[in-house]
Amino acid sequence: MLPVAGWTAPLTEAPPNPWFSWNYVRQNIDSLTTALGEHIALTLSSVAVATAIGVPLAVVAARVRWLSGPILGLSGVLYTIPSLALFALLGPMLGLTFQTVLVGLVMYALLMVVRNALTGLQQVPAEVRDAARGMGYGRLGLLWRIELPLALPGIITGIRVATVSTVALVTVGTLVGFGGFGTIILTGFNNNYYRAQIMAGTIGCLALALAFDVLLAGLGRLVTPWARR
Amino acid sequence: MNVISDAFVWLNDPLNWTNPDGILARTREHLEISAAAVALACLVAWPLGILLGHARRGGGVVVAVANLGRAIPTLALLTIFPLTAIGFGYPPIILALAIFAVPPLLANAYLGIREVDRDVRDAARGMGLSPRQVIARVEIPLAVPYLAGGFRTAAVQVVATATLAAFVNGGGLGMIISRGFGLGLVSGGGQIIAGALVVIALCLALEGLLAVAERLVTPRHLRRPGRRTNTPMDEPIAAPADA
Repeated sequence: MLPVAGWTAPLTEAPPNPWFSWNYVRQNIDSLTTALGEHIALTLSSVAVATAIGVPLAVVAARVRWLSGPILGLSGVLYTIPSLALFALLGPMLGLTFQTVLVGLVMYALLMVVRNALTGLQQVPAEVRDAARGMGYGRLGLLWRIELPLALPGIITGIRVATVSTVALVTVGTLVGFGGFGTIILTGFNNNYYRAQIMAGTIGCLALALAFDVLLAGLGRLVTPWARR
Repeated sequence: MNVISDAFVWLNDPLNWTNPDGILARTREHLEISAAAVALACLVAWPLGILLGHARRGGGVVVAVANLGRAIPTLALLTIFPLTAIGFGYPPIILALAIFAVPPLLANAYLGIREVDRDVRDAARGMGLSPRQVIARVEIPLAVPYLAGGFRTAAVQVVATATLAAFVNGGGLGMIISRGFGLGLVSGGGQIIAGALVVIALCLALEGLLAVAERLVTPRHLRRPGRRTNTPMDEPIAAPADA
């Protein structure tokens, strides 16, 4: 029998299961891009919703002093609840949908956005507030022109942390059927421990987290030009 | 809601508690895996953090480890490790969980030692203590609040994350949830919710218990008034317990 080019291993040996294979990526480019799209959609929408709710919530908590305790306490309790348990709780109640994963992700992202925004707002020096009031700023003007700009680095930090954690957290959403690269990783594992697929999903996750982090860091520099020296 | 009452029906069945696959056995398994992971992480992170803090350098490393830990999905390590030389079973799960417990332990050990007043260290050296004695008798005792805070964060995080082991059939309380999903939402919905409630209860109980323990091991004069649950390192960069 003629030796076939490229095939040297005897048939009795297990087929090769490399950790990375361009072949896999080429053949599954469709499912990978679908997962990427789902991952990005889940991350962006949950962080956007969390920011839209979280920053006003932090403003309220900074103004109404007695509210900051309960808000931080509640976010601390939420912080303790495992994501898988949260999705397991929401799944049967809300159904196995994109929105269910979104609700869970928003809850975690919200906590990080609120905490960091509140810290940023509380770190605005009292003298600065006094000076602004002395210059004739009203309550809204003070908030909009003085406090929020000064708290912006804290707010952006919160959004960055929330985004990077959400990228990792999305993978758990595969429990409810919407996990982006998490679904790729898990089906790879369940599909005869297909290493190339697991690794492709992992690399996708890490690259996405890094890309978002760099983007948001750049955005942060762009919107706080006074912080640059 | 119907699934909620299903969940309580499931929880009310004593067999679901005492089965070999029931809540009690799974809780025990869950806690054993978690304890091993936390112990392993402490063994690595504390000496490293203490040495870096003593030398007052390596802050960049600590921050980088924390950021990387946040970006790596637990699911990735849980699926990758069993396929390496580590093999299947408990060891790959314990190792994966331990890796995620390292950042809070490392950061707090580093910060706790570094924050020790320079004058106190100088005084200790002036009294003739060797560097080793300075670490063991001055710096570590003063860093206890930080070490305890880091331990609490890490332990709660590991117990929460251990739920994910069910994704790879690795045992623990997550198995109750994944078995429920295996039955389908209609017949398994109650079990899924019941499993989630048990896990949440366990995590909250542990958090409360460790908060008390943290207070007990912190000498009164080191307690900061108003310092709540979080140590400075994880306060501004708080992230969910598992990711």
